[in-house]
Amino acid sequence: MFARGLKRKSSEDAEDADGGVAGLPAAPSYTLQRQSLLDMSLVKLQLCHMLVEPNLCRSVLIANTVRQIQEEMTQDGTWRVVAPQAAGRAPLDRLVSTEILCRSGREQEGEGDCPLPDPAPGQAPRRPQSSPWGLDGSREGRGGFQKSLDHIFETLENKTPGSVEELFSDVDSSYYDLDAVLTGMVGGAPTGPGLPAFAPTAAAPPSSTCRSDLGELEHTVEILVET
Amino acid sequence: MAISRGLARRTVPEAADIISTVEFNHTGELLATGDKGGRVVIFQREPESKNAPHSQGEYDVYSTFQSHEPEFDYLKSLEIEEKINKIKWLPQQNAAHSLLSTNDKTIKLWKITERDKRPEGYNLKDEEGKLKDLSTVTSLQVPVLKPMDLMVEVSPRRVFANGHTYHINSISVNSDCETYMSADDLRINLWHLAITDRSFNIVDIKPANMEDLTEVITASEFHPHHCNLFVYSSSKGSLRLCDMRAAALCDKHSKLFEEPEDPSNRSFFSEIISSVSDVKFSHSGRYMLTRDYLTVKVWDLNMEARPIETYQVHDYLRSKLCSLYENDCIFDKFECAWNGSDSVIMTGAYNNFFRMFDRNTKRDVTLEASRESSKPRAVLKPRRVCVGGKRRRDDISVDSLDFTKKILHTAWHPAENIIAIAATNNLYIFQDKVNSEMH
Repeated sequence: MFARGLKRKSSEDAEDADGGVAGLPAAPSYTLQRQSLLDMSLVKLQLCHMLVEPNLCRSVLIANTVRQIQEEMTQDGTWRVVAPQAAGRAPLDRLVSTEILCRSGREQEGEGDCPLPDPAPGQAPRRPQSSPWGLDGSREGRGGFQKSLDHIFETLENKTPGSVEELFSDVDSSYYDLDAVLTGMVGGAPTGPGLPAFAPTAAAPPSSTCRSDLGELEHTVEILVET
Repeated sequence: MAISRGLARRTVPEAADIISTVEFNHTGELLATGDKGGRVVIFQREPESKNAPHSQGEYDVYSTFQSHEPEFDYLKSLEIEEKINKIKWLPQQNAAHSLLSTNDKTIKLWKITERDKRPEGYNLKDEEGKLKDLSTVTSLQVPVLKPMDLMVEVSPRRVFANGHTYHINSISVNSDCETYMSADDLRINLWHLAITDRSFNIVDIKPANMEDLTEVITASEFHPHHCNLFVYSSSKGSLRLCDMRAAALCDKHSKLFEEPEDPSNRSFFSEIISSVSDVKFSHSGRYMLTRDYLTVKVWDLNMEARPIETYQVHDYLRSKLCSLYENDCIFDKFECAWNGSDSVIMTGAYNNFFRMFDRNTKRDVTLEASRESSKPRAVLKPRRVCVGGKRRRDDISVDSLDFTKKILHTAWHPAENIIAIAATNNLYIFQDKVNSEMH
């Protein structure tokens, strides 16, 4: 189930996220793993929006985890704007750590309830762009992040047809891609149209693909709303 | 995509058969299971008879019925699953048996009756029930009751609907046999068994701003003897014992049971793994049993500071929490159970393993519920998970565990050493023949 061999070993030898104590000096692997955990959690929360009736307990636990990470990153001072020069390098580093984390998940047996595709290769280049979920804009970023968290709970609270569109209006277009893929996965059986995006060889789709997926998603939302 | 999800579920036949709850009645004669498809199957224990020594008190199917159907909430555009979350038996008060079954939103009271006689020899009707031609009736006869094949009839007596905005996770019948409570993520309601259009809200932890929500209710249960006491557990690992005599709204607990966090074990997953997935009072009423992701804990009602006993269910998963978070297994809700004498506790794990802990001898055992490893009347062999180091022949390594085979629901006969284990869509019933009596 879990990957054997060099890479997994090195991730275990390095300080793993489980043993991390708040306030430790940011050894690169810890910071990256923490970032991956944050990314993973945010994806999970978004997936919650798409589920028929979100599991409130799970959403709350994930949101609390996100808050914890955010607090620690604020204390560390790592919760800041990503400098344009570093933007080129950071995604690559993040690629590695995310891959390590995702590998164990993908190699597990059983029903495909692993909601995470291999997001890194396709996602990373878009990451440095404006996103309420990402690291950009110190106050804006944080405010946008908090706003998004609040939005989640408000939506869970009163899931009216209108609010579903509201959710999408806030989120960066890069996530539409992921959403379209993930909603295909929600049924459990991987029959969704987004399956090709899972293949690691899928190139980062240009914005035109993004827009067509967006159109597809809007169509889906219309169906949901009109039901 | 909600639509295709619903369709996909129906076309996969096994999904609806996944057992979602298991419960013995108060005598242990009946065992009820609920499944994801909204069905309830009741098993009855055959009386031990000398004529058929092989059927030594085995459980056979007694009745099957559709308890809940899928519904659609048009206001929210959401589907309401028919999956049975919990079944609780009412104490038997006459010849009929009654149970409560619930899905996410609606609780139903079902009455189960037997019919083994029927009247024959009516004057006005013939054998098929058609009216007789009166001119052919020349004499009167008294109808007599004749035996017939046993028929089990199930009828819905009450439907307790519209009491919950969030998903119901527990129901518990009060020892007064007149009321019961139902708990969802944020609220607990008290119902009278005879009144369906009204319920009293006794706990409400919903914050004024949903943005401030950080904790939900995960399970709740009435005290087995004191009808005014109940406990509820939270996603932050705390237990609150409440007294209904203190106030109408029991938001203020009488006792708060919480174990201080171990700073050496702290991680981003600490809170998630501390979330209590099940809470059960002991039969004596003196203790509570809780299950969180990695442990089961016994609490003394008289000590709030920490549990009196902690047992590791699968500590080898502690270093895998990140992966288990990724694949959502970390959110699995395992149940726990006491044996009749409160001396042994049991809970499920992964790979179709389940664990038992003897509180007196401090010995524990891991057993497996699977067709391959247990033929009828064979003795279960203890299993072992090896975590590196020396590996014995039949050991399973942590990396080979099947995380899709989880035993979430288990039940223990109230008096004897008989356990019911739900492994996905299979039900296993194990009996301890050698030591049938409780110690």
